[in-house]
Amino acid sequence: MKKLTTLVSAAALTVASLPALGASPWMVENNTTKSECSDCHMAYAPGFLPERSWLAIMNNLSDHFGEDASLGDAARQEISNYLVAVAPKELRGVSSIAVPLRITDLRWFRGEHGSRLRNRAENNPNIGTMSNCTGCHRGAERGFFDDD
Amino acid sequence: MKTKLIITTGAALLFAAGVLANAQRDAIVASLASQAGVSSFNADAGRAMFLGNFTGGKEATPSCTSCHTNNPQAQGRTRVGKVIEPMAVSRNPERFTDPEKVEKWFRRNCTSVLGRECTAEEKGNFLAFMISQ
Ligand code: HEC
Repeated sequence: MKKLTTLVSAAALTVASLPALGASPWMVENNTTKSECSDCHMAYAPGFLPERSWLAIMNNLSDHFGEDASLGDAARQEISNYLVAVAPKELRGVSSIAVPLRITDLRWFRGEHGSRLRNRAENNPNIGTMSNCTGCHRGAERGFFDDD
Repeated sequence: MKTKLIITTGAALLFAAGVLANAQRDAIVASLASQAGVSSFNADAGRAMFLGNFTGGKEATPSCTSCHTNNPQAQGRTRVGKVIEPMAVSRNPERFTDPEKVEKWFRRNCTSVLGRECTAEEKGNFLAFMISQ
């Protein structure tokens, strides 16, 4: 009986931690993900990278693009689960053996943001880098990027 | 009359929030002091760590000032460009009031900058400096 209760509550927990059906890949809807990932940069939406890229990132947080961004186990696991549940398995334009880590290196991103834009962003202290989406796209956190 | 009451209540609430924040911060400092086995911390040593340049950590972050700037009262920026509110307690009374947050960022930032975790004494000195600012 105890075993059954444990099983049922484990199942309930799993269901509770799954994203709602139809979760949008274009905005972060998990609170832990939103708050932990947005301390240093906008919490980038899961749709921007394939699942394997997010896992590579989540498994190497102690060297996160040259910074220690380590988390406690519970938060790390919750964020990983969320990303895996919502991120696409494959991304158009990305080879299925590639594991891109930087959204800013993706071909479409470079196409949309040429060197002139890049220079302008990097020379504006209010923007700083191409990774600061909200510096130009005010609706970026809600998935709107068409305001440029 | 009503405005006066509202203002007084507002001021009282703000005051109470300030007292609570100070109590939370004091508790963090006290816990570091007992871990370090000292009775007080040295703000000058904290300043030296804040301003110092280190080679043991990660290349992009040789100093606390890489992100927090060398003025504790000023806003800083992450490497991506996101604003970091000032570290000085006088400018930002919310600072150092959540023990988990304080521990998380000391762990991360000391590892990034120094290549190791900070000791309880180093953390306490750093807080003493920021409290004095
Ligand atoms: C790579 C950028 C970066 C560097 C370098 C850095 N910090 Fe920070 N620090 C942050 C960010 C981002 C936060 C969290 C945002 C916030 O609290 O406003 C933070 C927060 C903190 C906090 C928690 C503040 C609180 O309110 O609880 C402490 C403590 C701290 N940093 C200490 C240090 C120390 C000590 C160093 C140098 C050894 C350092 N930081 C270097 C980016 C940095």
